[in-house]
Formats: sequence, structure tokens, C-alpha cells
Amino acid sequence: MSATQVQQTDEKPQFYLTEDHHPENSTMLGFWLYLMSDCLIFAVLFATHGVLGRNYAAGPSPADLFDLNIVAINTAMLLLSSITYGFAMLQMERNAKMETLVWLGITGVFGAIFLALELYEFYHLIHEGAGPTRSAFLSSFFTLVGTHGLHVTFGIIWLITLMVQVGRHGLIPENRRRLMCLSMFWHFLDVIWIGVFSFVYLLGVIG
Amino acid sequence: MFGDISLTQFIFGRLTWEAIPYHEPILVVTFAVVALGGIALLGLITKFKLWGYLWHEWFTSVDHKKIGIMYIILAIVMLLRGFADAIMMRIQQAIAFNGNEGYLNPHHYDQIFTAHGVIMIFFVAMPFVTGFMNYVVPLQIGARDVSFPFLNNFSFWMTTGGAIIVMMSLFVGEFARTGWLAYPPLSGVDYSPGVGVDYYIWGLQVAGVGTTLSGINLIATIVKMRAPGMTFMKMPVFTWTSLCTNILIVATFPILTATLALLSLDRYVGTNFFTNDLGGNPMMYINLIWIWGHPEVYILVLPAFGIFSEVVATFCGKRLFGYASMVYATCVIMILSYIVWLHHFFTMGSGASVNAFFGITTMIISIPTGAKMFNWLFTMYRGRIRYEVPMLWTVGFMITFVIGGMTGVMLAIPPADFVLHNSLFLIAHFHNVIIGGVLFGLMAGLVYWWPKAFGYKLDPFWGKMTFWFWQIGFFFAFMPLYVLGLMGVTRRVSQFEDPSLQIWFIIAAFGAGLIALGIGSFIVQLVVSYLRRDELRVISGDPWDGRTLEWSTSSPPPDYNFAFTPVVHDHDSWYDMKSRGYERPLQGFKPIHMPKNTGTGVILAGISVVLAFAMIWYMWWLVAVSFIGIIAVSIAHTFNYNRDFFIPAETVAATEDARSKLLQERT
Amino acid sequence: MSPNHESAADTHHAHSHGHDAGHGSFKGYMTGFILSVILTAIPFWLVMAGVLDSKLLTAVIVMGIGVVQIVVHMVYFLHMNPRSEGGWTMMALIFTLIIVGIALAGSLWVMHHLNQNMMPMTHEMMKNMP
Repeated sequence: MSATQVQQTDEKPQFYLTEDHHPENSTMLGFWLYLMSDCLIFAVLFATHGVLGRNYAAGPSPADLFDLNIVAINTAMLLLSSITYGFAMLQMERNAKMETLVWLGITGVFGAIFLALELYEFYHLIHEGAGPTRSAFLSSFFTLVGTHGLHVTFGIIWLITLMVQVGRHGLIPENRRRLMCLSMFWHFLDVIWIGVFSFVYLLGVIG
Repeated sequence: MFGDISLTQFIFGRLTWEAIPYHEPILVVTFAVVALGGIALLGLITKFKLWGYLWHEWFTSVDHKKIGIMYIILAIVMLLRGFADAIMMRIQQAIAFNGNEGYLNPHHYDQIFTAHGVIMIFFVAMPFVTGFMNYVVPLQIGARDVSFPFLNNFSFWMTTGGAIIVMMSLFVGEFARTGWLAYPPLSGVDYSPGVGVDYYIWGLQVAGVGTTLSGINLIATIVKMRAPGMTFMKMPVFTWTSLCTNILIVATFPILTATLALLSLDRYVGTNFFTNDLGGNPMMYINLIWIWGHPEVYILVLPAFGIFSEVVATFCGKRLFGYASMVYATCVIMILSYIVWLHHFFTMGSGASVNAFFGITTMIISIPTGAKMFNWLFTMYRGRIRYEVPMLWTVGFMITFVIGGMTGVMLAIPPADFVLHNSLFLIAHFHNVIIGGVLFGLMAGLVYWWPKAFGYKLDPFWGKMTFWFWQIGFFFAFMPLYVLGLMGVTRRVSQFEDPSLQIWFIIAAFGAGLIALGIGSFIVQLVVSYLRRDELRVISGDPWDGRTLEWSTSSPPPDYNFAFTPVVHDHDSWYDMKSRGYERPLQGFKPIHMPKNTGTGVILAGISVVLAFAMIWYMWWLVAVSFIGIIAVSIAHTFNYNRDFFIPAETVAATEDARSKLLQERT
Repeated sequence: MSPNHESAADTHHAHSHGHDAGHGSFKGYMTGFILSVILTAIPFWLVMAGVLDSKLLTAVIVMGIGVVQIVVHMVYFLHMNPRSEGGWTMMALIFTLIIVGIALAGSLWVMHHLNQNMMPMTHEMMKNMP
């Protein structure tokens, strides 16, 4: 530092920009940081499930309760919705408004099927007397999977909002940025779901 | 009231007239005072027709400077409440001997110590720190605002919303009686069936949203919006500590949110996370809450370290000694703060191996902290020290904080902790570091940056009074607690059997009285300085011969902060500019792109308070309505694409010319 | 068709740097999709068909494949790479993973020792304890 100072003594350095200065847009970074904080919420839920997930309180265990067929279909739905969202993004890059909207719609439908199946599973469990109050295992199971489901629900609400906005204003830069944020959110939920089906369902059934 | 009971219950949930504590004389008097004061304040605002001004210029403002000031106002108001709790406890403990039950029944006393802790941490220290970061960081990095100005406004109002929820518990219902972290099973629905814990949960949840979002906002700001030339190793130290603090916020507050959510599920839904039966484990709550709780104390103290670093360098007229080591120490503290949490519950019974690990990591933290202490000392060494008020706070801090740090290392030794756990020794320790570290830092920062924000210095005489009353009062108030703790007195006790202890409590109460004088002097200082503002006026904008960029603008800075974005060549960039003949640009102004004000933040936070209130009192219809309201307002907000405007070049030129004129008149 | 196409309406933020970092290609999305289908199918098949005798081995494989699949999603769907946003997303991710690791492993470790010391009992007893 001092070396540069010595060199520059004769010549006064530039102390301000005469041009217009625009810092980079921070939205993507900010949204990513939000996702990281959300990730920590899930970390707590996973940790809780890790600690309490074997406390069946003489009640039903995962092997008694989980229907892996439903889980497999659910996983397929979420995976398909991920790839269709990817197609929507590709269409967005081509600036094709209609195609983007169609792919977004398909993504939303897959998401809705996922939610419907999950609700069916929950209903079924509660009906069998294995509700969230039955044991610590079931409390943590319902909370972890339910929190993920809640995120998907908000994702779908957001998706619909964005479809309306794209329909109204087209693929303007603001909407593109929002679509990219939702893309990150949607794929992030997929990542969490990998943890859920591996750690909660499959490991649970193994026992 | 005229319908049948079930209708009333449907509308009001469990809220009944019983919830209004009119049988508690202390609360009735408090209520009367607050109500009269509130009515007087509202009346004055109405009389002087300030509502429009407040709404347009402050409440809906997205200007980081105004939001920062509002945070600090919130913190000071809540400090008065938190301190009122403190002095009530000190008086109670000083008189409740020899069968005298004191003037506070246990039911009330338990609420007071809980409220004191919650308010001081969440609604005094946090908003104070966030306020400084908001105000100072964009100025120090040469930016015109934060990355997400609307989010900033929303965060502030969510924090305020949390404070409002906690304050409501004073007059409607009750507050938690569980201690500031609400450990289950005591905070579970079996042992705390009332609304107290629910007030606690929802107050923190609402405020927590704001804190997390403001953390994200400030990280993005520091990463993306630094002036050209400001590499990371040229960032001012306060900006560095703010960055680390905000990383800690984003990486820990979600843990608090999730943990409190699990507790609320236990209370509302009947799940079994932290219950004693059906497989739940209360210790899991304690484990999780301290994964948040320990980093939290560093969230508070790191910005204070940053403030001291700025103050020391400025008032010694020297570069900060060991800038790089200061930065590394901050980062190391940030990481280490995540692997020490178990030292808060050594006695839980995890055994020797676990306790040893966490004991050692805890002791290791004292190394980077010690390095910082030496950096400050070496900065002072052979410096031209000006003992202005901020410097007094800094020296006071160095003495006080070292004592607190040493007792902290004592507590980090597991066998010693088995003796001292939950004793008054612990209370003395953390007050020693939080008052001696955080609060002293915030007071130093307040005096230091006040002229920046308002254009006049604070009165130094009353500033010194404030400092000395606080400093001496602190030692009187907390040194006796060390003694009592070593004698085995535990915390959260409202009456005592052993009369030989009383003298120590009386000394402590005397100390609290001195601190009360300190707070009084502080308020007098604000009033006197306001009245003498013309004598104390700072025309140049740089009253302390500062070293960082915030001092390069006028005081108070214009809305756009910098007419031209500065270019940085050194980490003491303003000092560098001054010493190399920087001249203020006088022409060539361009229109400046700025964000527009919006009321959405106030509205969303307002509905959130309603939602929380409805949840606390089981008014399910209102829960549904307000929840839908939040979603609807949020969605509606995204339909507004028109969020920015340009300050015309003529306005900028006029503002800058006015300043040139002032500067000329002065010389 | 240019990857960083900016519409005409974008006058002000036209220079949003790093915009191009977040986009994938059709090939990328398909690769990710096929990989994750395979990586999902294997663990489900292992568990549902009971292929392996050892529970522990199955569990380890399931978790291992899960981690691999998370990486696949990160790379092909979330377009994580060390360059996007000047490396800050990657940095934030690594930091978060460290914190998640500390919180998860720490909680399990602490609570395991607690249960060992305070409530010595077997797994079976724990499961059936009311």
C-alpha cells in the first residue's frame, strides 16, 4: 500500500467516479442466502428427527406405516416438476412467453399432484391413529414432511402469481429475475426432498 | 357480550376480562403512566400535524439512515422498559429477607426476570446493533442504500412488531414465567398453560423474521455494493464485523425460528418433541436453542468490537494496529462460536468426553478475543489519544470486558461450571460481558456517530456523567453478584433465608441506582445537546477527524449519501483522501437513481402483530383472516413494478451548493 | 437465441452482471434428470426389494446415493459453480453445509451421550418406552 502511495505522490489519484455507478444486482445472491437460511430450518428438523425418530413410544414404526409406493410416485412427481421447470427456464431464455407459461403450468400440476398424494398419506396415517401426537417419532415425521409440503404449497402460490405477472407484463427483466428465484426455490425443495425420502422414509423402513 | 357464551368464546378465544391485570396495583399504575404518556404523545403529534410527516418521511421510508435511526430509537425505548424490570428485581432482592416477601409476588417476579432478559437481548441489543449496521455500513462502503431497501423497512417493522407483542403482555394477560429461553418442560403446555409463553414465542418469531431478513440484506449489501477499489482487505473494521455478524444472523436465527416452532407445535397441536412422555426429550430443546444462543452473543459483541476499533483508530490518530489480524480474529470467532454451545449445559449429563470437547473449544475463543484486545492496546500505544467520550467508553470497555472474559474462561472449565452453573456468578459474568462489551460499545458508537446522523455533537459533560455513572454503577451492581454466586446463590430467586447475604444485595441495588443515574444522565445529555445544538453544530461533517468514508459526506448526509461514488485506495480511505489532497466535486452532477418509499412494510408487520395476537388468544377466525391478509398484501406488493425514481441532477446540485455555501461561511 | 438476451424494455438494469450464470441448457437439464432418476431408483429398489441382507450396508448406500443425488441437483438444476455471483453462492453453500454438519452431527453426538449417561437402555427399550 505504502509503495503505491509513494509512487502516486506527484499525481493525485482519482477519488470518485464521475460516471454513473450501478452496483451489481443483488437479488440472486440475496435469494440464495435466504435459501441457505431455510436450509438451516430443515437442518433443525432433520436433527430432531435424527434424535427422536426412533422413539416410537410403543407405537407404530416406519415399517408399519410407510407405503413406499406412494413415496416413490411422489418423488417421481417432484422430479418431473423439476425438469419441467427447467424447460420453462429454457423457453424463457428463448423469450417465448407462451411456451414458458405452458411449462410453468405443467410444473404447477405436478406440484399439486405431489401435495395431493402427501395429504392423502397424512390423512391415511391420522385415520389409522398414527397422528403427530402419537409419539415423538410421528411428531418429527409430520413436522419435517409437513414443512416441506408447506414450502411446496407456497411455491405453487408463487408460481401462479408469477404466471399471472408474466401473462400481464411479459418476460420483462423483473419477471425473469423472479422466475429465476422461483427456479432456485423449486429445485431447492427437490434437494430437501432427496434428504426426506432417503433419511426419513427409506432409512425409517430399514429400521 | 350479549350473545351466548360460545359466540363470545368464538370471537375472543380465551381472552376475557380476567386477562386485564387490574388487581395488580403496580401494573395499574404503570398502565396509567404509559396510557397518559401515550395519549400526550399522540396528542402532540396530532396537534403539530406530524402524522403525515412521520408517515411519509419515516414510517414508510426505505432510506437506510432513517431506518437505522428508528432501530436505535426502538432500542432506547425498550432499554427503559428493560431497565425498569432490572431495578425492580434489584429492589425486590435487596429487601426480601427475614420473612419479608418483598413487594413482588413470585408470579410477578418470574415474569419480570423473563421479560428483562428477552427485552434486553432481543429488543435492546439487537435493534441497537442492527440500527448501527444499517446506518453506518452503507456509508462506510460508499453505497447509496442497502441491497433491498423495501426489505429493510419491512425488517424494521417486524422487529418493532415483536416488541409491541411483548409490551402488550404487560397489560393484556401475562408474560412467560420461564426465564428468557423458555426451557421445556416448564414452558410446555402442562406447566405453563397460560398465554405467557405464547406471547414469548410469537414476539420472538415476528421479530426473528425481521432479524433474519435484515441479515440477508446487509450481507448482500456488503458483498455487492462496495465502492470501486474497496477490496475485502480495504473494508473498514466495523463493516467487517458487521459482515461476520450478519453471516451469524443468517446462519443461526433460522435455528431459533425452527426450535420455537417445534415448541409451539408442542403447545398448540400436542406433539411430543419436548415433552416428558411419548418419546419426547426436553433436553433436545436446550441443545437446539443454544446452537442459536451461543452465536447470538457473538452477533451482539462483534459489531461492538467493530465500533471500538473505529473509535480507537480515530481518537488515537493512528491506523488500527494489526488490521489483518483483527479481520482474521473476527472470522475465527465467527466460526468458533458454532462449536461451543454445549458449555451452557455442561451439567446436563453428556459426560466427560463431550464436556471436555466443548470446554476446550470455549477456551480457544479467548485467543482471538485476546488478540483483539492487544490490537486495541497497541493502537493506543504511542498514539495521540484524545479522551473524548467515545474513547472513555472504549477504555472502560477494555477494563471491564477483560474481567468478564476471565470469569467466562473460569465457567468454561466443566468441573468449575458444575459448581457455578445457574448461580449468580453466571449472571455477573454475562452482564459483565454484555454491559461491558456490547452496551459500552453501543454507547461509544452513539456518541461517535451522533454528529454524523444529526449534524451536532452530543454534550460532552453529560456524556462523561453518563459514562462514569454507568462504569461505577456497573461494578457496584455486579461484583457483589460474583461473591454471591461463589457462595452458592442461584439465579431467579425472589426471596432469601440467609440474612448474611442481604448486604451484598443492597450493594448491588445501590449499583443499579447508580446505573439509573447513568441512564438519567444519558437522557439529559440528549435533551441538553438538542437545546445547545447550534453551539455543538458540525459544519464540516467530520468532527472527530475520522478515517473512514462515512465522514466524507455532510452531516447529516443527503438522501443519496454520495453525489459521486467514491473510489477507494486504502482501508482508512477518508484519511487517505484527506492526506492526498482530495477536493470535493462541485459540478457535473448526474441524476441519482433511488428506491421509492412504500407503506407495505408497516402494513405487513401490522397484520403480523394481529396474527400473533390472535394465535396467542386462540381467536382462530382472526388467525385465518390475518394470515390470508398477509399473503394477499405480499402478493399485491409484487404487482407493483414501479419502485424507483431519479433524484434530478438540479436537486443534487442545489443540495451540494448549499453545503459549499455553509462550508465557505465557516472559513 | 443468445444466452444473455436482454429485452428492449430493459433500459436501466441492462447490465445486470452475472445474469448468464444461472442458466442451464437442454442437455444439462436432461443429464441431470436422467442421473437423478437412476439415483432415485437404486435406493428405492434396494429397500423395497430387500436386495441386501445387511441393514447397515443398505443404509450407508442409501445415504451415500442421496448425497450424490444432492450434488447432481446442485450442479445440473441449481447450476452451482465456483464462478456464479463471484463465487459467493458457492461460499455461502459451503459455509451452510459446515453449519448444517455441525448442528446435525453435534446434536446427534450430544444427545446420544446424554441418553447413554442419563437413561442407559437399549434401542429396543427406547422404542417401546411409553
